[in-house]
Amino acid sequence: MTQYLEFEKPLAEIEGKAEELRALARENDEMDVEKEAAALDKKADDLLKSLYADLTPWRKCQVARHQDRPHCQDYIDALFTEYTPLAGDRNFADDHAVMGGIARLDDKPVMVIGHEKGNDTKSRIERNFGMARPEGYRKAIRLMELADKFGLPVITLVDTPGAYPGKGAEERGQSEAIARSTEKCLELGVPLISVVIGEGGSGGAVAFATANKVAMLEHSIYSVISPEGCASILWKDAEKMREAAEALRLTAQDLNKLGVCDEIIKEPLGGAHRDRAATIEAVGKALTKMLGQLDGKSADKVRGDRRKKYLDLGSKGLAA
Amino acid sequence: MNWITNYVRPTINSLFSRREVPENLWTKCDNCGTMLFHRELAENQNVCTNCDHHMPIGARDRLATLFDGGVFVEVAVPEPIADPLQFKDQKKYGDRIKDARKKTGEKDAMLVAEGEMGRTPVVVAVQDFSFMGGSMSMYVGNAIIAAAERAIETKRPLILFSAAGGARMQEGILGLMQMPRTTIAVQMLKDAGLPYIVVLTHPTTGGVTASYAMLGDVQIAEPNALIGFAGARVIEQTIGEKLPEGFQRAEYLLDHGMLDRVTKRTDLKDELVTIVRMLMKQPPAIKGDLPAPTADEAEKTEATAE
Ligand SMILES: [Zn+2]
Repeated sequence: MTQYLEFEKPLAEIEGKAEELRALARENDEMDVEKEAAALDKKADDLLKSLYADLTPWRKCQVARHQDRPHCQDYIDALFTEYTPLAGDRNFADDHAVMGGIARLDDKPVMVIGHEKGNDTKSRIERNFGMARPEGYRKAIRLMELADKFGLPVITLVDTPGAYPGKGAEERGQSEAIARSTEKCLELGVPLISVVIGEGGSGGAVAFATANKVAMLEHSIYSVISPEGCASILWKDAEKMREAAEALRLTAQDLNKLGVCDEIIKEPLGGAHRDRAATIEAVGKALTKMLGQLDGKSADKVRGDRRKKYLDLGSKGLAA
Repeated sequence: MNWITNYVRPTINSLFSRREVPENLWTKCDNCGTMLFHRELAENQNVCTNCDHHMPIGARDRLATLFDGGVFVEVAVPEPIADPLQFKDQKKYGDRIKDARKKTGEKDAMLVAEGEMGRTPVVVAVQDFSFMGGSMSMYVGNAIIAAAERAIETKRPLILFSAAGGARMQEGILGLMQMPRTTIAVQMLKDAGLPYIVVLTHPTTGGVTASYAMLGDVQIAEPNALIGFAGARVIEQTIGEKLPEGFQRAEYLLDHGMLDRVTKRTDLKDELVTIVRMLMKQPPAIKGDLPAPTADEAEKTEATAE
């Protein structure tokens, strides 16, 4: 069953009606509803098109967080072969908010690392809603080092509301872990490419996405702070998240203009969750393309280009 | 009290009085409540003479207490584009910047200076909490990169004093992108084999701790400084329990292995000199407040630095 977002409610009504009609017809052979139902389908389709033609930043946040959106695990399952998960930070624990391991993409060995939010109550709790603790970042650092040692490109899939705000996380050095992970991203002599597949939440995202190439799904977001958090600080009212989402310029489209996002991966009409397979396929194509662009470059070149990219950021702004 | 301290007092005094510290005014220590005479408090680097509580100290005053004779030269910071997102909340970002500049007399939230500290050539960057909460902006990122570049150019260590609530929201993603940018500055120092020392001051939180403020070769904090990634209120709301006494304070972090040292502000200069001279394999320093170097001496140290 489709999970509708708040702004999709009118759509839910139309699609619901069409479904009801067809259900009635299934019970009663005399009824011919197909014409009417098809008209409703058309209406729904038009509405979907118009809703998604120009999503506001806040609506994009909701789409980016949609629970049925493909998650890290889905991409790994569908796009990679021989995925061999590697666990633990060798110090404290294995953080289930972060998954990763060696795998093959188009038969070529790579390291894949990502945030995983989980799909149901049980797995969401186990994955801590994709909010990593220091161990998650330290696991990522370890896997990046392993990749670097054996010359495997690193692919990161970013989907996190942010780093976990917890007591133990702070005590074990959440900030240091994030800082070291970002540092590791910048040290790698192998290509690092990153795709923001849902939410790029602040430092928790930077720790994975300081990459040679950063791609973003069309309706994904990447932000210094959540719109709710920004609203409660700057507007002193968490309900002003629409305004905050607008002001923060957190969409893939704005980030592309600012040079933070190198590539936008188109989503199916109605968002990634409406056609998960097509979304995953599009991400796979983008990964192959970006890896190809970095193929054959020396370690110094890969590292140097990555540094230069970040040092040069901020030369372009956005007009109001 | 040795002759050097005797000699230097007037210089330091004149530095503080130059900033028009009102005469005959008292400040109440917000920890112990003792009424402290302004001049006495300033001489003690804004540390309560009764209970050792560390009150905020201005970025410029901080520099004056560190450099010999209070003399330093500012390092120029490349100006970033203004208001890249045309950000507006209840107030325009452009207006907020204007107000902060007027209030502080500074361009943005980071000052970079070079000079001698205990006759040791150093570059020092000080984050200015009074400028929009010290928040990490493109300017702050540029300042840290400029500080690292200057340190490399002159083969000096970089000492950074952090104080910030995090990245500057009004610069959106470009504020956040100062995390990788400043990390590159730290890596440049590492490549050049130069020490990078961080002194965390109250408060240092958010994206600042999650980048350059936690990547020092040596991590020092001022007593009782608040240091953390997430805010205590957010953590309490998330985990649904009260946080222990002293949580996210310097001493707590020291206990949890996150810092090398917690050092009183009044001891910082000597300690920093000791540390950087050892890391730079220089002979032990003359301790205490030294007068500003004469032109002659300055040239000599300049030459040894080459
Ligand atoms: Zn006191």
